[in-house]
Amino acid sequence: MAEITLKGLAHSYEKTPKGAADYAIRQMDHVWHQGGAYALLGPSGCGKSTLLNIISGLLEPSEGDVLFDGQRVNELPPEERNIAQVFQFPVIYDTMTVFDNLAFPLRNMNTPEYRVKPKVLEVADILELTPLLDRKAKNLTADEKQKVSMGRGLVRDDVTAILFDEPLTVIDPQLKWKLRRKLKEIHERFNITMIYVTHDQLEASTFADKIAVMYEGQVVQFGTPRELFERPAHTFVGYFIGSPGMNFMAVEYRDDQVMFGTQPLPVSEQMKHAVASAANASANDISHNNIKLGIRPEFIAISSSEVANSVPIQVTSVQDLGTYSLLTFKLNEQTFKARLPEGHPPVSEAAFAHFDAAHVALYIDEYLVEAGHE
Amino acid sequence: MNNKVPNNRAWLLVLPMLVLVAFSAIIPLMTVVNYSVQDVLGPNARFFTGTEWFQSMLNDDALQAAFLRQISFSLIILAIQIPLGIGIALIMPKRGWQASAVLILITLPLLIPWNVVGSIWQIFTRGDIGLMGWGLRELGIEYNITRNAGDAWVTIILMDVWHWTPLVAMLCYSGLRSIPEAYYQAARIDRASKWAVFRYIQLPKLTNVLVIAVLLRFMHSFMIYAEPFVLTGGGPGSATTFLSQSLTTMAVGQQDLGPSAAFSLIYFLVILLVSWVFYTTIMNMQKDKPPHGGA
Repeated sequence: MAEITLKGLAHSYEKTPKGAADYAIRQMDHVWHQGGAYALLGPSGCGKSTLLNIISGLLEPSEGDVLFDGQRVNELPPEERNIAQVFQFPVIYDTMTVFDNLAFPLRNMNTPEYRVKPKVLEVADILELTPLLDRKAKNLTADEKQKVSMGRGLVRDDVTAILFDEPLTVIDPQLKWKLRRKLKEIHERFNITMIYVTHDQLEASTFADKIAVMYEGQVVQFGTPRELFERPAHTFVGYFIGSPGMNFMAVEYRDDQVMFGTQPLPVSEQMKHAVASAANASANDISHNNIKLGIRPEFIAISSSEVANSVPIQVTSVQDLGTYSLLTFKLNEQTFKARLPEGHPPVSEAAFAHFDAAHVALYIDEYLVEAGHE
Repeated sequence: MNNKVPNNRAWLLVLPMLVLVAFSAIIPLMTVVNYSVQDVLGPNARFFTGTEWFQSMLNDDALQAAFLRQISFSLIILAIQIPLGIGIALIMPKRGWQASAVLILITLPLLIPWNVVGSIWQIFTRGDIGLMGWGLRELGIEYNITRNAGDAWVTIILMDVWHWTPLVAMLCYSGLRSIPEAYYQAARIDRASKWAVFRYIQLPKLTNVLVIAVLLRFMHSFMIYAEPFVLTGGGPGSATTFLSQSLTTMAVGQQDLGPSAAFSLIYFLVILLVSWVFYTTIMNMQKDKPPHGGA
């Protein structure tokens, strides 16, 4: 059983880091609870794999602590942590059969052979590898190999967490889906913490109960897929989650109105106050002059005629994506995306957009500020 | 896969290769075949001899002895150079200037021409001015490669190990560098011992370069000529007379073109056969055993 806690963790590959840019992981605190299915989501180079390697012990963090059940394990090598890791490219022992591959971690721990066999057969059964047990691992397909490397993590009784580093990269799309379901099944069957690194939001949300979104070496939001969609805590989350991502407008407070360039925006009273106080606070501080409103494409309604609280827009294109249409429009020289439900009446080039006030979010310095809690 | 269109013009694409191989291998080889089945006495005096030369070569005692020496030599140097090369590759620095420095140092022997290597060792082992010969004599060890067959053998093997182990080491080094880091990481997580990492990751990943190393070293050593010729001249007696030296004596020294042509062909076929058997065996080892009961 392990609860993995990261305390004040930071890592740099430089010996003497100068400034934030040298850090692959910036100062962060995080807790992974026992038995959870987590995803670590972020673009390439955001520090996901670094974080994973720190948890498994392949890397020693330059600052902060890694705690397993409250015990500091910074200096413990991977072989002394009860953790398994599955890599992007399947790692298998070429010359061994599938059986020997699965038995390898057990044999390395000098497990008596009469206990190795039932365990290997059990894991092979779960992973549907039983017919392949006598085959040489070298001649398997990529997805079978990846299952073998997962299996090596599952055979050990002492494993309390399995870390996956983009494990489905080399797998064919149809098989990806099957393997993902297999993972989910394994998670439900064993009480194992699973952390799954990916840059694919669909993969993350189908696998995980909670997703940690990483951006520039920090976890910017940790929440359920729904939370990430509905209340992105950071502009990056808004932009990265959802397809297409959130629309952002840099706004100012002028003449008692929330202005997006020259266009006054119809927002709720609450939002107006929040923007006003933010603008007020930043008036003396140039570094804080960063106020944005965000709205998801799903919550923009488009109509050809003017309705209450709408703004005039310039439609540039409509793309039919089957179950919905993607509409691109221009407002104040900036490109926006809106999602039109199936069967939406065609819109003219000069149309009107209505932002659903309940779903307009306020970001100050890229971070979400709950309007109304001011 | 099955919808190939039969088109005989495709042979035209093979033609340039065929011409090239004809000039580089087939035609020169055929002249040897030509000599091997005839007794050529002069431009207009030639007699067909069939397999006579081949039979006499195979039954020649001196050649049989040279053949055994040759096989022993190749096996001994392979048994030393392959493990030693792997060992050196394993302890070579992996990156930084040290890696480059070691690589250059290791490569140096490979850059020296064969007969120069022979000369170097000839001088090196001389009892009066050679460091090794003189040193051993000063230590009270009797050492004389011109008189003692054992000393001659040890020296030739030592020389070949010095000259060619770097090749094996470099091939293995490049093989080791191409193993992805994830393999070592996975092995750590699987709690593999150092030996297990070598046995189940490094050695299997080295198989392909080792096949090349063994084949190259076998062929090279089986054809060795200049080094022992310069160092010992095949002596003492015929203790270090290997196949190619016997062949040279026969073909160039005695002008026995028929027998030496037959001998050359046998020589060539032996190398070809050994290499082929070795290669096929290794490649078969990597295949799955056929499933029980057939499929």
